[in-house]
Amino acid sequence: MSPLRRRLLFGVPLAVVVAGGAGFYTILRRMQVDDYDPHALPSPLIGKRPPAFTLPGTDGAQGFANTDIEAPAKPMLVNWFASWCLPCQQETPMLAKLAASGITIWGIAYQDHPDATADYLARFGNPYQRIAADASGLTAINWGVYGVPETYFIDKTGIVRWRYPGALTQQVVDSQLMPLFRKYS
Amino acid sequence: MSARRLLLALLLLPGLALGQDMVVRDGVTLTPAQEKRAEAVGDQLRCLVCQNESIEASSAKLAHQLRVIIRQQVVQGVPNKQIMNYMVQRYGIFVLLKPPISPLTWLLYASPFIALILGFFAVWFGRRARQPATAPLSQAEQARLDELLK
Repeated sequence: MSPLRRRLLFGVPLAVVVAGGAGFYTILRRMQVDDYDPHALPSPLIGKRPPAFTLPGTDGAQGFANTDIEAPAKPMLVNWFASWCLPCQQETPMLAKLAASGITIWGIAYQDHPDATADYLARFGNPYQRIAADASGLTAINWGVYGVPETYFIDKTGIVRWRYPGALTQQVVDSQLMPLFRKYS
Repeated sequence: MSARRLLLALLLLPGLALGQDMVVRDGVTLTPAQEKRAEAVGDQLRCLVCQNESIEASSAKLAHQLRVIIRQQVVQGVPNKQIMNYMVQRYGIFVLLKPPISPLTWLLYASPFIALILGFFAVWFGRRARQPATAPLSQAEQARLDELLK
């Protein structure tokens, strides 16, 4: 066996292991800083308008229909949440911060009891200008929502540009959401 | 049979009253053939919540709702392909347990062939690099070997 072949024989498996390790390390590190979610799915709604719906209001707030978000004055967020959802509670400070900075956020309560929604908003704060209730969850299916929370970015022409499944964190807001607001406002 | 007994029988056996061959699954009443078709569709769709289960197998609430939608569409006579399209429109091709061949999945479907070609090249180069077999012994060498082995 020539020295080159011998070196290759030892080197190739070592290189595979090193490359694999580096790959796994990158995935785990990005998962830790909320930069990557292996369960997250791309939304087929991106580049389109949300499907037709009309949902009643809840907790004294006004509900809304797809026609109400066809041409918002400025880019806005639609946030799907539920009082029974723990990650939703985790993202409430982030939503409050976004609302305080002047961003329009409309909420849709997913498969929730009106009383429970009201309690939840009283406890964790209400960042929403309008709140609709999707008690049956059928509008959620039409949107392709597969869990709560989910946040949709809608531009001035009513087109969905971004969907984030899971709780919004500072990292996600800084690296993904803020560039979108700069791009579309 | 008196009218009263007949009524009792009807009350006790709602299945009989409906016609024996109806089944109820996820709150939808359908014929066994329709149920079989609904199951065939649901088996090909991924539950979005527990991502390695099919919609048929999953106990997630969303999967239950999607099973109801599949069955309602089956009862209405919607073809399988259209039901699958309904799901893909909402959740993307990830909802299909067997993804279609598209630019996004070319590499996936080509990977066995790529592996085969790489393996072929590995064997071919390995053969080429192998040192030639030792030359046959000359007459003198053979004679010496015979001498030694005697």
